[in-house]
Amino acid sequence: MVMRYKFEIGCVLFVALAFTITQVDINNFFFFAAFAVLQYVMIATAWNILGGYAGYINFGTAGFLGVGSYTAIGLIQWSDVSIVGQIIAAAFVSGLLGLAIGYFTLRLKGVFFAIATLALAIVLETVVNNWDFVGGAAGISILPPRNPELLGVLIVDRKGGGIFDNNKELLFFLIAFMAIFSVWVARVIEKGKLGRGLNAIKDNEEAAECMGVPTLRLKLIATTISGSLMGAAGGIFPSYLTFIDPPTAFNLEFAINSLAMPMIGGTFTWIGPVVGALLLGTVQQVAIVTISSELNLLIIGVMLVLFVTIAPHGIVGWFMKKK
Amino acid sequence: MIFLELFINALIAGILLGGFFAAISIGLSICFGLLDTVNLAHPTFVVAGAFCTFVLNDRLGIDPILAGIIITPFFFALGWVIYSAYYQFFERTSAVALRGLAFFFGLLFITEVVLIMVFGVDHRLVNAPYIGKSFSGVVAGIEFAVPYRLLSAFVVAGILTLGLQAFLDRSYFGRATRAVHQDMMALSLMGVDPVMVKRIAFGIGLGTCGIAGALMIIVIPIEPAVGRLFIGNVFAIVVLGGLGSISGTLVAAMILGIAESLVATFFGPSWAPAVSFSILLGVLAFRPTGLFGVGDTR
Repeated sequence: MVMRYKFEIGCVLFVALAFTITQVDINNFFFFAAFAVLQYVMIATAWNILGGYAGYINFGTAGFLGVGSYTAIGLIQWSDVSIVGQIIAAAFVSGLLGLAIGYFTLRLKGVFFAIATLALAIVLETVVNNWDFVGGAAGISILPPRNPELLGVLIVDRKGGGIFDNNKELLFFLIAFMAIFSVWVARVIEKGKLGRGLNAIKDNEEAAECMGVPTLRLKLIATTISGSLMGAAGGIFPSYLTFIDPPTAFNLEFAINSLAMPMIGGTFTWIGPVVGALLLGTVQQVAIVTISSELNLLIIGVMLVLFVTIAPHGIVGWFMKKK
Repeated sequence: MIFLELFINALIAGILLGGFFAAISIGLSICFGLLDTVNLAHPTFVVAGAFCTFVLNDRLGIDPILAGIIITPFFFALGWVIYSAYYQFFERTSAVALRGLAFFFGLLFITEVVLIMVFGVDHRLVNAPYIGKSFSGVVAGIEFAVPYRLLSAFVVAGILTLGLQAFLDRSYFGRATRAVHQDMMALSLMGVDPVMVKRIAFGIGLGTCGIAGALMIIVIPIEPAVGRLFIGNVFAIVVLGGLGSISGTLVAAMILGIAESLVATFFGPSWAPAVSFSILLGVLAFRPTGLFGVGDTR
């Protein structure tokens, strides 16, 4: 019984650990850096649901993330919606976007979907640049609410009355929860019927279709789930940065990272993107502080090309082979 | 009357812009349409060509168009090397779908970051006698102006694209490239090495980045990230023209140039990038073979 739910118990323990960390008095930079790493765990896992299992590359991570961010900003501008509401709305809108893009392009060869998503990020940036309600090209500052409440419970209070002492701790806990949730979703998909169907598509789409796998429907489901998880990761982003402009929200860095992390970790199982994101994400947090950010990006690009050409099964693949 | 004048001027600018678009997308049309290598990094290589032109013009005072011709052989060699690596790692093991795309995306990123590290993020320009002046006149009461930089880019682009098209239509090598597109196996049975044909064709495709880069820096000021803005354009053009059809690419480039110029004139230049994406998505949704396509899109 316990062995069967080993993974789920691990998830619960991890969430509890994340909560405990927020109650301990440590340097706030830890929360800032750990947020970025966990956000990448979430993004890489979301990317892998479509890219790793079904073999359809999404270059538009920045687009989905940006749509999530700007949904949250739209809600903040419109009225006081709580952070949880912002995340749910962002996930919903990005999921719809994934569904729409998928509906137009997933009936064609995989390259067309890849090209459409790559162009998507650039065009969405154009739209936001021209849309003054959410700040336009100049960007927008967000002030997190001073004493947010959820269902009547005081969440953040600097004076110590709430659950968390400051906003960074709240955001850290939220992203940790969402990252674990994403990994859980990815694992459920992988072990279930959907994952097997997607794997069949990856191996040979025509054969899968002939065997009665509803290929288009499975691809659309995967794109929607993947898109909404990316959107949720974007929905929390404005509160974390407190200032956001189109070049930040639609940064191509997200696209290369979301691609490189699963590729380096290993795309065929849920643990690959997690390993890749923890490794690359941590290296980047250190590299940004110690060396220049351009060099950091160059290293990621070179690593991606090396892994793709020489070690196509990623880091996890090395360990699997030894067995 | 003002509307008509704006419209005529936008139309002229659009046609000239279309010529430039044809120059930056013809190489991709060869790589993607004829060889099935989805070279996502193509626009970024064009930007790399533009920076090489900038260096030759700035340091040695060479005319940008001449500089573009000088650097073309180097891009041909680069294409040769890239295709050899691509074939070795992906096509031979038929692992093209996922990893090939990731490979080119990685190249895009590396090229862009290297350009940022070498040149910084400032906008760069070149100097030539025909840049900054324009030819203006009045015909039937309508005033129009044609900037010489657009006109010269249009002329060079026309020579490049029509010349390449004639070469691919008429020459033995061009027919071999079309054959490799249709049936690799049959070509190798005829005693031709299909990989060699593809390597040369990819080299030619990438070689156009030299001249196209020179045209790019003549037409607009450039910075390393500008290549991204053109990804939508070049792929929209190649897909709209139809995969495997070089003449279709030229027609599509004209359509996109005119459409972008009209949108920029009547809705504001910040909306121009949305045009290419709408066209790309529309074509993929309703006519995936493009205007003159013969290829298989499923």
